[in-house]
Order: sequence, then structure tokens, then C-alpha cells
Amino acid sequence: MTRIFAEPTQAGEYLFRRHAGEVLGTLVRRFGDLDLAEESLQDALVEALIRWPREGDPRNPASWLVTVAKSKAIDRIRRTQRRPDRESAALHRYRAPADEIDELAESLGDVGIGDDQLSLILLCCHPALNHETQVALTLRTVAGLTTHEIARGFMVELPVMAQRLVRAKSKIRRAGIPFGIPDQAKLAERIDAVMHVFYLVFNEGYASAQPNSFIRHELCGEAIRLGRTLNALVPEHAEAMGLLALMLLHDARAPGRVSAEGELITLEHQDRTMWRTAQIGEGIGLIDRAMTLRQPGRYQIEAAIAALHSSAPTAQATDWHQIDALYGSLQRFVPTPVIALNRAVARSMAVGPEAGLEMVAELVDDGALDHWYLLHSTRAELLQRAGRHEQALSAFRSAIELAPSATERRFLERRLDALAETRRSSAGRDRSGRAR
Amino acid sequence: MKYMLLIATDPAEFATMTEDDNKAMMAEYWAFTQRIVESGEMVSGDPLHDVSTATTVKVRDGKTSVTDGPFAETKEQIGGYYIVDVATLDRALEIAALVPGARAGSIEVRPIRDMSM
Repeated sequence: MTRIFAEPTQAGEYLFRRHAGEVLGTLVRRFGDLDLAEESLQDALVEALIRWPREGDPRNPASWLVTVAKSKAIDRIRRTQRRPDRESAALHRYRAPADEIDELAESLGDVGIGDDQLSLILLCCHPALNHETQVALTLRTVAGLTTHEIARGFMVELPVMAQRLVRAKSKIRRAGIPFGIPDQAKLAERIDAVMHVFYLVFNEGYASAQPNSFIRHELCGEAIRLGRTLNALVPEHAEAMGLLALMLLHDARAPGRVSAEGELITLEHQDRTMWRTAQIGEGIGLIDRAMTLRQPGRYQIEAAIAALHSSAPTAQATDWHQIDALYGSLQRFVPTPVIALNRAVARSMAVGPEAGLEMVAELVDDGALDHWYLLHSTRAELLQRAGRHEQALSAFRSAIELAPSATERRFLERRLDALAETRRSSAGRDRSGRAR
Repeated sequence: MKYMLLIATDPAEFATMTEDDNKAMMAEYWAFTQRIVESGEMVSGDPLHDVSTATTVKVRDGKTSVTDGPFAETKEQIGGYYIVDVATLDRALEIAALVPGARAGSIEVRPIRDMSM
């Protein structure tokens, strides 16, 4: 996978990006303060930029950075201690005896670096932070993206994103959000939250309908990288494996999703030779292994569905019966209209459009979803396939009115035009037939 | 670290409570309070008289104005508080979930600023 974020504009950013995630966790554990950890790591990177080209790269860059960052942090602590007017929790916390400061200065080695990294991820995804903040903090701190990159990825002004990160760190410090790994009972819940955040990052990139938005597409790559990290930190976690598999399988199909003109292409019409087969293989291998652990969950089921799509030679040759059944299981974990609608589509492919329309009718009868464009567009598709063209046209029109983006609107308008055109030309044939 | 747990509940809920409900709730609060006293985490805590007894004071341009009622008219009102002294926010949130009022209303957890430094 190409990773444009890895193209450094500055050597320092490149170093930060390579080492931030693994080194920061350790520093946060030692200092108990994210800001101090980040600042001292930046100091260490500046020194690395000067010394590495001159002295050659150290054998273990991560532990070199930890050692130097720690002595930089001690410098900073000493400076703040001489400035008692500065309001800082760090100041309070680090009024440590001299020997403790000396102990801090000792090299730490690599012991426990994995736990530190997991602690850092858990901190960024703490439930006391809102989702937007969790996502921003994870990308900045764990993935090592610049604030500028995150702002672009989420289409937010730079100062807004910078402010969000400042507030997040301030809340962590002042509200006393702990750094560390909670006991087993709590850990499961916290890892669920982490997976949710990673999935949000992925979807932000994946749902982006904009063909040229490299940055947003790049978020998918970042989410996958985070997913790999999580799997390394908590091995044999069925849902973490499922989530990684799901992201790999969706992302593998990305090259076929958008036409040269930048329009969305539905699964049915995608050129499957464009899909990345090696990545699909990795995803399927992962989900197969996850399923053997017998701890079912939403990500595994979604990955299993994605795997069936990814391994089918055509839309028609897909195992729709099994997909229908899998959506049924998924509804137990995620009882949302989106899943119900997806199931209706699967049912229509497995049994026929009328069977799908029956399921859609239940959602329509609900009434609460009248303003949901996908309900109308899906209904339109199924009506068209059922040959009920007049009703299909009207459903397409409702969907177009409610479409949330220009891309979606254009897509639906093309479908509407194509259907209207079919009707005109078949009506024309009828007339010429009668005239003959 | 010290945290204040502000207990916000909808007074309309209490209006429908029977005397037995009331007794049961008091017993729950008693048990909860005992628990955090025994764990050494309780600093203080009290119920407040209902919001109809509230008076709000403001000083503007040197002039004091006193108005009848709470500072914010919302459906949920502060009915009491606890102050606990615990190691982390996680523990404070755990305790907040044990406050009986958390089941009907909500508990706002706020770190208390340490002004001793």
C-alpha cells in the first residue's frame, strides 16, 4: 500500500512518525504527562537530526530516543521548577527528590514497550473523551500524523484541529484520565472502544466519495496500520482480528470503487480484476483464523460478509444465501436500519426482488426513516429489478431529493435517467411494433 | 485526586414515588455511602433540599440581584453531591456508576482543582 503520509516534508516529521507510537507510550508512562512526553520527544528528535548524520544511526533508534527524550524531559522539569508561577500539573507531579530524577535519567531498555504502547492507545480512546477527540488524538499520538494532516483528513480548519488536541490533552491531565492497562474485566470494554475508534478512522476514509481526496483515502491505510498494531499488542483477540480483516477486505476493493470520471461504481458493476488479490487473501486468512476462536462479534461477521463478496467471481455468483444469513446474525449485534436494509438487498439477491421488497416494506412502514435517502434508493433498485418501473422512478426521485452529497445525487440521477430511457425506448418499440 | 459527583435527577420522577419507593431509595443511598466510607474514598456528600428552595445571587456593576430559583432551568436538577478522593478518573467513574441516582438520572463527574500549591 502506498502511504503518502510517509513522504516527509521534513526529516523531523519523518522521524516523529516512525518512532512516535512506540516511544511515546514509554515516555508517557515515565512522566505521566502527554504534553511533556511529546515535547521531550520533539527535543530528542531535533538532537537526532543533528547527531545521527554526524555519528551514524544508533543501533536501536527507539531506545536512543527514549534515553535522550528522558534527559530532555528532566531539563524541562528543572526549568519549570524554577518557574513556580506557571500553572502546570507536571510541575506539581515532578517535584520529585533528586534521586528519583536521576533514576528517570537511566536508560529504560525495551522491556514493556508493548504495554506502554497499548496504554497509550487506551488513553487516546478513553471513553471520557468524545469520539472526535479520540480519533484526532489517536492519529496524532499513536499514528504520528501531523495536526495539519489530520485537519485535512477530516476537512477541518487547522486551528480547530489544533484546539481539539490541546483540549484533549488538557482534559487528560486535569480530569486525571489514567495511563495504564486496566484489569481484564475492564480491558475488554476498553478494547471495544479502541476498535470503534479505529473503525471510525477507516470509515472516514472509506465513506469519502471524493475521488481526489488522497488524504481521506489515506485514512484507510492508517486505520489498517493501527489495526495491525492492535493485533500485535493483543494477540488472538477474535474481534481485533475480525476488524483488521474487515478493513483489509474493504480496502482491497477500493481501486474498483470509483470510475476514471470519479463516479462511484456499485459492487455489482465493479471490475473485479482491479481488486487487490494479495490483500484479499490476507483478509480471508485472518477472518478464517478469527472464527476458529469461537468468540463471535460484529466485526467478524462483517468481515465474513466482505470475504464472501471478495472471493466471488461476479455479483451473480456470490453466495447470497449465506450473506443473507450472516446479516441475520449481524442484526443481533447491531440492530440498526442500515443492517436491516443490507439484509433486504442480500435477500433480494438470494430469493428475488419481491422478497427483498417485503423486508424493505417493514422499514418503510416504520415511518421513522422517511428522510433516509438510502431507503428510497434501495427500494428504487429493487422495484426496478422487480419490473415495477413506474414505482421505481418515483422512489428514485424521492432518493435524489434526500441525497446528502453531489456525488450521490449524480449517481442516482444517472440511474433515474437510464431507467427512464429504457422505458422510452421500449415504449418506442411497442409503438413501432403496433404501427407495423 | 478529588472529584465532585453531582447528582442530577428529574424531580418529576420523585413525584410519582410511593413511600416504600422512597424508603428503598434512602436505604440504597445509605448502603452506597457506607461503602465509600469504608473504602476510605468518601470526603463528603449531602443531599440538597429540592430546587424550589433555591435562590440565585448575581452581582453586576456592583449591584447584587437575588432571584428565586436555580441558575439554570433544566429538566434535571442537582439533588445532591458527593466528594470522593480516588487515584484516577476511572475509579471516580466507577463510583459514579454506583450512585443510586445514576439509574434514573445522571452523575456529572468533575475533578476538583487543587489550590494548595
